[in-house]
Amino acid sequence: MSEPSVAPVRPRPLRWRTFGRNPLVVLGTAIVLVFAVAALAAPLLAIRSPLAQLLDERLTPPGAGSPLGLDQLGRDIFSRLLFGARISLLVGLVVVALAGVVGTLVGVIAGFAGGWADHVLMRITDVFFAFPSLILAMAIAAALGPSLTHAMVAIAAVTWPVYARLSRAQTLVLNRLEFLDAARAMGAPDLRIVLRHILPNALAPLVVQASFNMGEAILIAAGLSFIGFGAQPPTPEWGVMVSEGRDYITTQWWVPTFPGLAILLAVTGFNLLGDGIRDVLDPRLRRPV
Amino acid sequence: MSRYVLTRIASTALVLVGVSVLTFFIAHVVPADPVLAALGQHAREDQIQAYRHAYGLDQPVLVQYVQYMRRLAGGDLGLSIRTRRPVAYDLAEFLPATVELGSTAWLIALALGIPAGILSAIYKDRLADHLVRIAALAGAAMPVFWLGLLLLGSLYYRLHWLPGPGRLDLSIVPPPPRTGVLLIDSLLAADGPAFANALRHLVLPGLTLGLFSTAVIARMTRSAMLEVLNQEYIRTARAKGLTRLRVIMHHALRNAMIPTLTVIGISFGNLLSGAVLTETVFAWPGLGRYATASAVSLDFPAVMGVTLVVAVFYTLANLVVDLLYARVDPRIRYE
Repeated sequence: MSEPSVAPVRPRPLRWRTFGRNPLVVLGTAIVLVFAVAALAAPLLAIRSPLAQLLDERLTPPGAGSPLGLDQLGRDIFSRLLFGARISLLVGLVVVALAGVVGTLVGVIAGFAGGWADHVLMRITDVFFAFPSLILAMAIAAALGPSLTHAMVAIAAVTWPVYARLSRAQTLVLNRLEFLDAARAMGAPDLRIVLRHILPNALAPLVVQASFNMGEAILIAAGLSFIGFGAQPPTPEWGVMVSEGRDYITTQWWVPTFPGLAILLAVTGFNLLGDGIRDVLDPRLRRPV
Repeated sequence: MSRYVLTRIASTALVLVGVSVLTFFIAHVVPADPVLAALGQHAREDQIQAYRHAYGLDQPVLVQYVQYMRRLAGGDLGLSIRTRRPVAYDLAEFLPATVELGSTAWLIALALGIPAGILSAIYKDRLADHLVRIAALAGAAMPVFWLGLLLLGSLYYRLHWLPGPGRLDLSIVPPPPRTGVLLIDSLLAADGPAFANALRHLVLPGLTLGLFSTAVIARMTRSAMLEVLNQEYIRTARAKGLTRLRVIMHHALRNAMIPTLTVIGISFGNLLSGAVLTETVFAWPGLGRYATASAVSLDFPAVMGVTLVVAVFYTLANLVVDLLYARVDPRIRYE
């Protein structure tokens, strides 16, 4: 006899039309796509290697041949930004994966198990919320030793609690619904209930959070790199590029300006995308852009 | 005292214990070897043993934690490896500069964010609203260190409208230190020029640090105002014949400020995080710059001291905001 099953509740129909209707959301999606293409096609689009130095032409202003100019070591800023997009998107994806999995796991276990497990897990979450994010990330990154990998671990360590709170709240709501009683009555094991019924229905706010978390991760990573606890020179990471170019702000403005602009645009893109996904997945969560 | 207040205070105490455990864990368990970090790669074996013994690092971790807590209770945060002074002394010296910068940024965020949010809600979908929303979007995504650099490059180096890095011009004699907060110290010393100079030095770093919080507060005020403006009682007030301004200021704003209050609490955390980057860019001798300088030289007692103190401040600030919140909105109860 086959295992008794209850059809999972189908999430409510998606509102893709709301997504296309908000011009800011469309702009955000476009920005994210441009950065994704830049990251994927960096070797094809780059004018030179991001590390190649033309020492005779250092600090050349933007113009023909180098659209965004050359930096203090004669490296092509446009090419470095393209490869920097790879690093920033990678940081975002790794952080979202790490923080998302850990946070969701903690939240679902807390919400589903209840009792003392819930109490212990949520108090641990509270402790992480007690630190301003960049300061805790810096302490962890300093303890592990400065490198981009350690920065990613540190950023995930300070951003997972949001996923835990969200997924716990979702689990608590879903756990009270009748279709889960039905599934239980038919003898579905806990693991199956969590995987087939709770997780798919709890996903909406987590996906929205993932998009905001991408932007946040890129911003914190750039900050950590700027003060020396993330990517190390000569890596073409945007925060490192701003830091290396800071002395040229008055004389050769393009050196620190373009990498900072890239950070601003990328983070804006992911924030707008998050707003848009939220409107599509759950109009009740809508907040003004 | 109500049950809510007591539960909230008890949970804060629990969180603070957790904060001490986490800081201890990062400082003592995570690094491969805190001894090598302190003594350097070329330390002799007997030096390493002596250091381990002196700092109790040869004891079991649990014993180390108990000793750490005992020292903390006495206000002892350990010795800074870099400055060779008690970390608590260092913190006391660098804290006032951060308090001064943070309060300025916080006031700027309130003074700009709340009116911007109100205007944006009143003129929804009009030009003012679009401008505020775009500014808030950019503010929330702005790399603080880059903004600081741009402001320094334009308003200081190029236009000379405002002073550059540091808390005072070199030509100004600092007022005798009493609180460490230059604005207060110069007032106490009745030193007008020093006060004016310190104030001018605060503008650029204050704006830089305050922008993110301004954006968040403006967004929150806008959405809270929009929600309140749609309520029946607002329509009633208007129908009674009250002026629009009176309805907005007396009836709408009060209730809209309730959710905004939480964001104001959270913005303390943003300010403390942002201070690390802002102080680095503006050579501001505060906690953030002390933390980065210490972290660069692997001075763990100092880094952990800053982390701990900042977390305690932040937690207490959030406690105050939550208690205020419960007072302002009687519907709030602890679940």
